[in-house]
Parts: sequence; structure tokens; C-alpha cells
Amino acid sequence: MAVVFQKPKSLTDAPLHYCPGCTHGIIHRLVAEAIDELQIEGKTIGVAPVGCAVMAYDYFACDMVEAAHGRAPAVATGLKRALPENIIFTYQGDGDLASIGMAETVHAATRNENITVIFVNNAIYGMTGGQMAPTSLPGQVTQTSPYGRDTATVGFPIRVSEMLATLDGPEFIQRVAVNNVKNVNAAKKAIKKAFQNQIEGKGFSLIEVVSSCPTNWGMTPKKALEWVEEKMIPYYPLGVYKDRSANKEEK
Amino acid sequence: MAKVTFDADLCKGCGLCVDACPKGILQIAKDKINKKGHSPAEMTDESKCIGCAFCATMCPDCVITVER
Repeated sequence: MAVVFQKPKSLTDAPLHYCPGCTHGIIHRLVAEAIDELQIEGKTIGVAPVGCAVMAYDYFACDMVEAAHGRAPAVATGLKRALPENIIFTYQGDGDLASIGMAETVHAATRNENITVIFVNNAIYGMTGGQMAPTSLPGQVTQTSPYGRDTATVGFPIRVSEMLATLDGPEFIQRVAVNNVKNVNAAKKAIKKAFQNQIEGKGFSLIEVVSSCPTNWGMTPKKALEWVEEKMIPYYPLGVYKDRSANKEEK
Repeated sequence: MAKVTFDADLCKGCGLCVDACPKGILQIAKDKINKKGHSPAEMTDESKCIGCAFCATMCPDCVITVER
């Protein structure tokens, strides 16, 4: 019998601290599988965010750096410029990337820094206890929007992939989800391409992963994935938003 | 014939594998508790398993190894 599925080598044996049913674990695994398949574990450096994934440095077997809140793309820029032979990725949540780290994200994208950004969008601040995030949906109940997100006072959610795709800089931007097997397989393909782009020196690749937060959404893990399908994906449509190389080939 | 092994002490009993299984042969154990205090996932009828690895694909904690 051949092994058809096992834990990737680029993940350590440390048990993940995430809540039951949290899809961070799936996304960690997809990143590790991409690193394994591209055989880049020895030269990969990850940048961990502030947020639930802050302890990602314990889970990835490669070298890791912990950045200040939101500053991961800036730290990754420094690493990549100092160590151009290494593969640099950041792993950030929506509170990190789309809120306090928006400036770093936009400018790293517009400079087309040759880094890979994994952006986990679960529409809420997870680690701090379920506050409203820039990506929380209109009407979504959170700790700081107990009557639902009121767009008249706090504005609308930010669609990061669409926004960054308007820039001329970035190489590759795709939004994927991990709510079912089909989407997980598509997400894996996208994450691998984002790393492949960096190996080929193409530039800034961002994969937005629509994710779930059963604990702070107040749902069972199963219900949370259904909510992703019913509420999140209609607001955050999946797809490739920018792929400069593909467009060049067409021309 | 497929073989599925669970690292039960890593399992958090979230049940995502149970929903992903196309054969409906996974369940959250009713009478077991693991080291973490969760009721782990288990297989009810190994002979029906087709080794698709859907359970392992959806597992957030790399609990499941699939051989075929």
C-alpha cells in the first residue's frame, strides 16, 4: 500500500493551538505541502503575523521571523532584498493585513516585491476575541458590532484582492476558499503557483484564502463552513484577479 | 482496500472529516476522550473506505494518514 495522504514534512510535530474546526490548520498544511513539493524547505523563510497565526513559527519547519503587527510585507521586503536566493512568504490574517498593515501590503504590492503573501480572510479579529474587522460583512454580528455591522457609521468591507488588482505592480492575485474538498484543492494549486512565481522571479503574489472562525462567529465548524459558502463567497467572489504573466502570453 | 489511521490525540473532534466523507463511515466517538479532552473522530466500517482522502484533506490538524 502506498501512502496517499500524510502530514507534510514542512510542518513540525507541534500540535496546532487553533480552535477545533479552524481552517488555519488546513491553510498551514497547504503552504507546507507547496514548500515540500517545490523542495524549497531549506531556503524558505516565513514571516508570521500578529493574530491567531502568531505562533506559526512553531508550526512551520522552515526558518521563521515574527513581524510587528501588520508589518510582515515590510519585513519580507527586507529579507528578500538581503537574501534574494531565499524564498520568503508572509502568512497574515485580515486584522493584520487589511487593517493595521494595509499600507505595507499596498506598497509591497505596487513595488512588485518578489514575495509570496498568504492572506487569511475570516471576516473577524480572531485572537483578540471576535471584534469587527475591515472585512466583516455588512450586518455581521461581532463583539464590537452587537447589532450587526452598520455600514452607515463604519463603512463597507474591503475587498483586498480586487483593490490590489487595480495596481499595475503585482504579478499574481487570486482568491480561494477552504470550505470544501474542491476548494481546498484549488487553494493548494494557487498557493503553489504563488511560490512558483517567486522562484521564477516574477514578483508579488498574494493568495487571499476565505476562511472560517467557528468560535468567534458562534457556530459549529460545519455551520461555519456553510456560512462561508452562503455569505462570505457571494461577497468575496473566488477567482484570479490578476495574472500578469498569463496576460503577457495572451498578447 | 484502503487503510486510514487517526492520530487520535491530535484530534479536536471538529467533525469536518465526518461531513467530508462521501461514504458516511466516519463519526465522532461517543465513548472515547483523548489526551486533550476531545472526543476524537473514528471510522465505523473500514471495508467501505475507498481511500479518497477527502477526510484528510479537510482535517485542520493533520490527524489522518491515508494509505491505498
